[in-house]
Amino acid sequence: MSLARHVDPDQIIQALHHDPSRAHKHHVRTDGAISTITPYSSRYASQQEISKFKIPKEGASADAVHQMLKDELDLDGRPNLNLASFVGTYMEREAEALMVENLSKNMSDADEYPAMMAMHARCIISHLWGVQKGETAIGSATTGSSEAIHLGGLAMKRRWQEKRDAEGKDKTKPNIIMGSNAQVALEKFARYFEVEARILDVTEKSKYRLDPELVKKNIDENTIGVFVIMGSTYTGHYEPVEEISKILDEYEEKTGNDIPIHVDAASGGFIAPFTHARAGGPKWNFELPRVKSINTSGHKFGLVYAGVGWIIWRDEKFLPKHLIFELHYLGGTEESYTLNFSRPGAQIIAQYYNLIHLGFDGFRAIMENCLSNARLLSKSLEATGWYTCVSDIHRKNKDVINEEVETSANYIAGLPVVAFHLSDAFKKDYSHVKQESVSTLLRTRQYIIPNYPLPPKEEKTEILRVVVRESMSLDLLDRLITDIVTVTEQLMNSDPMDLSAFQPGATTIEKQHQSKGVDHANKHKAHRPMSKGVHRTVC
Amino acid sequence: MVHLASVPNDKAANAPLVKGMENLKLDPNSNEDEVTASVYGSRFAAECLPMHEMPEKEMPKEIAYRMIKDELSLDGNPMLNLASFVTTYMEEEVEKLMAEALPKNFIDYEEYPQTADIQNRCVSMIARMFNAPTHDEEENAMGTSTVGSSEAIMLGTLAMKKRWQNKRKAAGKDYSKPNIVMNSAVQVCWEKAARYFEVEERYVFCTEDRYVIDPAEAVDLVDENTIGICAIIGTTYTGEYEDVKAINDLLVEKDIDCPIHVDAASGGFVAPFVVPNLPWDFRLEKVISINVSGHKYGLVYPGVGWVVWRSPEYLPKELVFNINYLGADQASFTLNFSKGASQVIGQYYQMIRLGKHGYRSIMLNLTRTSDYLAGALENLGFLIMSKKGGEGLPLVAFRLNPKDKHHFDEFAVAHHLRERGWVVPAYTMAPHSEKLKLMRVVVREDFSRARCDTLIADIKLAMESLKEMDKSSVAHHTKHVNKHHTSSGKAKANNEHYKGEKHSLQGKTGKTHAVC
Repeated sequence: MSLARHVDPDQIIQALHHDPSRAHKHHVRTDGAISTITPYSSRYASQQEISKFKIPKEGASADAVHQMLKDELDLDGRPNLNLASFVGTYMEREAEALMVENLSKNMSDADEYPAMMAMHARCIISHLWGVQKGETAIGSATTGSSEAIHLGGLAMKRRWQEKRDAEGKDKTKPNIIMGSNAQVALEKFARYFEVEARILDVTEKSKYRLDPELVKKNIDENTIGVFVIMGSTYTGHYEPVEEISKILDEYEEKTGNDIPIHVDAASGGFIAPFTHARAGGPKWNFELPRVKSINTSGHKFGLVYAGVGWIIWRDEKFLPKHLIFELHYLGGTEESYTLNFSRPGAQIIAQYYNLIHLGFDGFRAIMENCLSNARLLSKSLEATGWYTCVSDIHRKNKDVINEEVETSANYIAGLPVVAFHLSDAFKKDYSHVKQESVSTLLRTRQYIIPNYPLPPKEEKTEILRVVVRESMSLDLLDRLITDIVTVTEQLMNSDPMDLSAFQPGATTIEKQHQSKGVDHANKHKAHRPMSKGVHRTVC
Repeated sequence: MVHLASVPNDKAANAPLVKGMENLKLDPNSNEDEVTASVYGSRFAAECLPMHEMPEKEMPKEIAYRMIKDELSLDGNPMLNLASFVTTYMEEEVEKLMAEALPKNFIDYEEYPQTADIQNRCVSMIARMFNAPTHDEEENAMGTSTVGSSEAIMLGTLAMKKRWQNKRKAAGKDYSKPNIVMNSAVQVCWEKAARYFEVEERYVFCTEDRYVIDPAEAVDLVDENTIGICAIIGTTYTGEYEDVKAINDLLVEKDIDCPIHVDAASGGFVAPFVVPNLPWDFRLEKVISINVSGHKYGLVYPGVGWVVWRSPEYLPKELVFNINYLGADQASFTLNFSKGASQVIGQYYQMIRLGKHGYRSIMLNLTRTSDYLAGALENLGFLIMSKKGGEGLPLVAFRLNPKDKHHFDEFAVAHHLRERGWVVPAYTMAPHSEKLKLMRVVVREDFSRARCDTLIADIKLAMESLKEMDKSSVAHHTKHVNKHHTSSGKAKANNEHYKGEKHSLQGKTGKTHAVC
């Protein structure tokens, strides 16, 4: 829309709205009256636009405001066709009913909502993650994995500081290790809590995940820990937790420095324990003594709506006392270690509903279905010859011989994510087709399938990514495959075209208003430009 | 606030509720059928709900719904909870909007652009409500929605710290010892922010007759390492507004370059409507950021807060992450990422539904009700510690008159009210004035005059029956209520490992925290 920038739609509307030819009619209407018969006879129907930047002086009736906002929200996308996001968009009616009934409950009010608190404690799902005998696991609900990662990282930093203090050594230069495929929250942690982020490149050789060899080179006495990701958001690969753990074991033997691992299982925490493929053989959870904490998102494959994550430490001794605040209430004491205080409790209740309603078998069935659909999508895309998949979940696992039952165990383990790009043969034959166009044209059919470069060092490869969630049934998948094929054919047979007109740019005044970081034209001036930093995707 | 829950070990998980029950044999349920006609006829009604481990098999959804709903009926009645500031009433229409928005992920701007627009409108409305400078072309106030004031305060602290560090680095000075000045009556999240971001806390302590920050003392604590001063609009103890103007004027007079962050978690939606002429916001030049809770007097269900900065200058660039979404760069400065969109939509609904006029009517009604309650309590012989006539939040903090020489304390009164279902907290005052005990009633939107009368009648009754009891039976009764009527008294999940921490204000001075 950059061409039409000299036209300000708001100004036009305002100018024409005060058209003198219409002015004399105003007195007939009920200007500013609060009571009206239907929403569309209120002043907001045509007299006035809804206030955008100032609180209006007079209010309006409840049904009118409800209707206006509902209409406006129609412009949002359809959650189910958003294939870019891991976040749950479907819950059963019963679960929704529970959530609505409990919208007003405050998670931080233990005195008032004891039953909800009891459910919170029951949701801590450490048994799934192989917590060991003799250890007291401890955990907490969070708003999402971001908060959980901040808490996990902060605990590692503090443990390291206490250790350095005890040894009488310098503690001003902590660093933390992560792969460049890490989600933005991991990098935020390093920035906000002043830990040097050592972001290690990922390559095709390392399957776009943390490279154990690089880990070996980058650790030192100031390393507070290693973030290992169970389920890279780019390609769905699980990172090799066990391998990294062994490297750190060797390092400790040599130097005596004990470096802990925090597993960011935001997406994989609810998949690996249930699927037949597990985590693909090696250990990833508390079975490894070096894994001190794990976080997961309840609102991803925990199948709850946005707003709940979990973090668990394998034993309370890994959570420094210094960080815990004790709060006294009427007769009781509570411990608190969170960044948020008052917040909704409905999601916790919904999580508990899912756990007991689905049970282990239910979760397994859903995760197997997701993986099976993801495999079908990958295979279909590769069958066209136009696309190559970067993700590996549809490739056979050579170690498994049992061919009779088709489960995820026969394949390489990973998240139900399909990351693909145009094949080399296709690019040679149809060099005018830009991969981005596929994403843009699918968008006009309401699908959101993002197209973005792989992490730095591999950024010349751009991928399209589809997250197969539980609500992506075979029927919808069938439509999606058909649509991708149609769109690709359409592009093959068309002239090169400029698709930038379809790009949703900053067109509304609010949108221009909202981001004061750096505008698009100047983004190379950003403190850490996108091309250099960790690439961010929705998750 | 069971934010931390420890996982019971196998022995604890399998222990029977009543000793000896493990030997009791009941006839096994012959009904193995999963699908039954009724909820209470199913085998699930005769089993206990899974508590420690995920069950192996599925449970029908109607049954799961009913079981959880039944269990939740043990939660308190929010209407009778006078301890909390958090909204418990919203109109049906907005509840519907919020329910429809439940599947939406707020952070997903590309997918839900309209929701993102709505957040920006809210930021703008709130910034203008706080008189942010909007006439200047270059200066643009900035703001963001958060999960609550805690996140907002952490972001505010982080921004002040970074800005101070950058300034020190530029001047080639040491930047390893930041400190922040605040009143000892601050909410616990200030302590958390200081602790987690490694900033030294400097407190201005309360005295027996002053429960707010002393401007002169606060400014005296400021040195070259001070990242900022925190001032509270509406302390959680007595609801008083701190004198931000005096701090501002002192800083200007002494020419000290030290910013002020105003924690208006509770007062941000009250003061602009009840006392519009009180300068505490961006009208004061030293105020650089303000946070407010949408879920308190912003009249939205829990899960929304706001923080606004005067201009981008106060929000150092390195804290802001640019997130690229299909061609549009978005600036992001939050601690949380994915979260629900409902509450932001709820906030926008309230602001355009009520308008300034609507908010003013509600806040004035609340002020009137709290004045009425304060008057009634005064006549019952209590001393009122909160302000009246809109000079503070619409809450009533009161204590027994020591001259009456009662043989019971405020805690006994609170426990007595608990029996009737009212949650009226009693606590000790902020550090250095902790000998004072007080009780607090928060007047929320849904606390009408009629309910106020019921409460007054119950307080009167409680006082009369307490006067009739002798000392030992008061103590006995307190213990009884504590054990049986409060949930935290019954709670088991408390963790021995973290008991008795000594690092917080509470650990050091026995400060108690009010719910908010």
